[in-house]
Amino acid sequence: MLTLQYIPFNEIEGLSSERRIAKILSIVKKNKIVLMQGRLRPTEETTLIERTMEEVNKEFKGIELCTVYPNMERNKRMGKQIKQVFINMLMGDRDGLTIIGPATVIKEIKRNPDKIELLTHSFSSRRMLGSK
Amino acid sequence: MIDRIKHILRKLLPSLFAKRRHLKIGLYGPPNAGKTTLANRICKDWLGEDAIMGTTSEIPHETREIQMKENLHIKKRGKELTFNLVDTPGIATKIDYEDFLKHKLPKKVAKERAKEATKGVIEAIKWLDNMDCVVVVLDSTANPYSQVNITIIGNLAARDIPVLIAANKVDLKKANVKSIEAAFPQYPLVGISAEHGTNIDELYETLLRIVR
Repeated sequence: MLTLQYIPFNEIEGLSSERRIAKILSIVKKNKIVLMQGRLRPTEETTLIERTMEEVNKEFKGIELCTVYPNMERNKRMGKQIKQVFINMLMGDRDGLTIIGPATVIKEIKRNPDKIELLTHSFSSRRMLGSK
Repeated sequence: MIDRIKHILRKLLPSLFAKRRHLKIGLYGPPNAGKTTLANRICKDWLGEDAIMGTTSEIPHETREIQMKENLHIKKRGKELTFNLVDTPGIATKIDYEDFLKHKLPKKVAKERAKEATKGVIEAIKWLDNMDCVVVVLDSTANPYSQVNITIIGNLAARDIPVLIAANKVDLKKANVKSIEAAFPQYPLVGISAEHGTNIDELYETLLRIVR
């Protein structure tokens, strides 16, 4: 069975970077796929990779990670993008969606600008998530 | 924000109080993109035919420790640059020793390689802060929209480190430099073959242009 756990932004916005990452990793290590509203900061993404590497062992092989960020990439004009950057700096980056799953469950996440494909190990089938 | 201020201070303070140290130019990217092949090419071009940075292999994570060559001096069209070249282990979000077994490595060797590779990824990330400029080496036959690519480039942007994208392996039939350009349009990009030396002069010229 494939379990998806949704984390709304308000559940992580008050947490420190370390606690956010610890929360995500603790869910992923239970073989669940995290669907998180918003995205981690770039430095948090690298910290997540560092912490993941520290925990790789016989059972936990790492993570697959993908951030969908359609608004910034596609629809907004430069002025709106700059405004959004300042809002994100103050309020946190709640746009988009981040998918993080254990590498033992998700074989690969293929991302194109228009769609995401999750290729899972356990079902050997491709699941598609639209991102338009 | 705090990381950014720390980075700016780290860059400013030495230049105010000491003689400028040599720049560090890092080669970053996912495993098997050709970072060490490019490092070897740069070493051969500027240090002599016998100079190499490290060994290369079809098996991912061949480079599992930071490698550095000091005092490389490049000169093109009247511009010069002296720097330390840093070759880094490929950054990955997962490492499974069983993947190495497919390359016919013995189980014990594969497990050891996986263990070292995880440490290599951590080391590569820790070194990001030491870089003055980074050449992100991407395999132009692979899908550029991988989160590792996005995370590396996003981090460099957040740290205000100049980025040059080297779209490697343009000699291969499946190479698609345009897809990398489309994925990262805001960064200078040169399509190269590190193995054959294709467009390598253009890479040096672009590097000389972007290094501050």
